[in-house]
Formats: sequence, C-alpha cells, structure tokens
Amino acid sequence: MSTVVFFIFAILAVASAWGVVTSKNIVHSAFFLALTFVGVAALYVLLNADFIAAVQILVYTGAVSIMVVFAVMLTLRGDVRESSEENRKWGWGLFTAGLLFVVIALVILTNTDWRILAGPWTVQNTAASLSRLLLTSYMIPFEASAILLTIALIGAVILAKGVKEDK
Amino acid sequence: MNFNLSVGLSTYLLVGAMLFCLGLYGVFAKKNIVAVLMSIELMLNAVNLNFVAFNRFLAVSSVVGQVAALFVIVLAAAEVAVGLALVIAIYRTRHTTNTDEFNWLKW
Repeated sequence: MSTVVFFIFAILAVASAWGVVTSKNIVHSAFFLALTFVGVAALYVLLNADFIAAVQILVYTGAVSIMVVFAVMLTLRGDVRESSEENRKWGWGLFTAGLLFVVIALVILTNTDWRILAGPWTVQNTAASLSRLLLTSYMIPFEASAILLTIALIGAVILAKGVKEDK
Repeated sequence: MNFNLSVGLSTYLLVGAMLFCLGLYGVFAKKNIVAVLMSIELMLNAVNLNFVAFNRFLAVSSVVGQVAALFVIVLAAAEVAVGLALVIAIYRTRHTTNTDEFNWLKW
C-alpha cells in the first residue's frame, strides 16, 4: 500500500520538477513548482515526518510559491509563452547535471549499507521531540535562524522598496 | 511471484538525486532569473528529502535529521525572499529578468 503511494507521489514530484525546468512559460513553471512541493510533502508523511510535511505545505506551497508568482507578475515583459527560455549554453548544463546524476546514482546503488528497509519508528510525537531538540541542543542555531529571518525580512523590504535619493 | 517492491533508503535517495539534478540543470540552463531561483528551491527540497530519509532509516529513535530539514526550510524562505527582492530591484533599473543581460559588473 505505502509502496503504491510512494511511487504515485515520487513520480508526481519528479515529473513536476521536470515541468519546472522544461516549461517555456514561467507561470506554468511556478505552478509545477507548487505541485513538486506537494509531492515532496507526501513523501515526508511516508517518512513519518508529519510536522515537516505540514511546514513544507505551509512554507513552500503556501508562501514560497505565492512569492514566486508575485515576482513573475511584477517582472513579466513580452509574450508569456516564451518567458522562460533556455540560454545558449543549456547543453553544458544538461551534460553537467546528467553526469552528476549518473555519479550519484552509481554511489547510491553500489552502497550496500543503504539497501535497507524502514525499521520500526520509535518516536512517539515528532512535534514535541522537535521542539525539545530545538530548545536544548540546537538553541544557538535556532536563535541564529530567528535573527537571520529578521534580517532577511528587513533586507527584502529595503531592496524591494528602494531608497529615495533626493534626501 | 514474489516481487520485492518495498521502498528502501536508496529509492528515496534516488528521488532526491533526480530532484537535485533537475534543479542543477535549471540553474545552468534557464534564462529567466526567477526560473533560476525556482530551480534553487528544487535543489533545497532534494536536500531536505535526503535529510528526512536518512533520519527515518538510520536514526529511528531521534528527529535530528528533521531538525536539519527545518533549518534548511528557514534558510530557503529567507533566500527566496531576498532573492526575489533583488530581482525586483534589478528589474526596476534595468527592465529585464534575463540573466544574460546581468553583466554590468563585467568589464
């Protein structure tokens, strides 16, 4: 059962990722991106990471996709059907990405330590365990990421708003 | 008939590798800077999938990998906010989102 669900959502995620990078229309790319995020969120559920799946849906599908769509709408010029073309050197990109995939796949498929099935999951409540870890062992990175988010927010507002020069 | 179709760690890692390489291709090949940012999001998602998969298969009694995935999600959100703000700031002065024309730091 979970195998079928896995393959449905894995194929959904990879096929929509393919759509993101091959679509010539950038609005279609943005919607394919949201679909990829949903597929990956379903894979998180299968991996017993329910909290991460919820965060993925909220942050990626909810916020990041909408922000990307807004940026597309604010910067669109010319015909939308050819708004996201490949550049002249796309063949090199295809070569590099394909080569990297072959290397990674060889490493994964030849490593016998990774040919394992899922054992019994012993964490009772992922949200509670996550919050305990975040407020004890990972407190410094947690606070640092809070500061980072504040700086990113202020920086994004200043960058997008622009600075008036006549003052 | 005994097909072993159970999904192991390598299957998840292969899905992650596919997502990562598609994102890498997008970063190299796309002309529109917003499409490049989308491809970076794809790569970050692949990394997150690997973190969570390793956590599920190799550390069944803790959620350390999920903590790492949370930090990656935070960083990705900050990155996409600043990146899109930069895109809009560049668009305001240059009226383009084509990466081939972002060359005025070159001489």
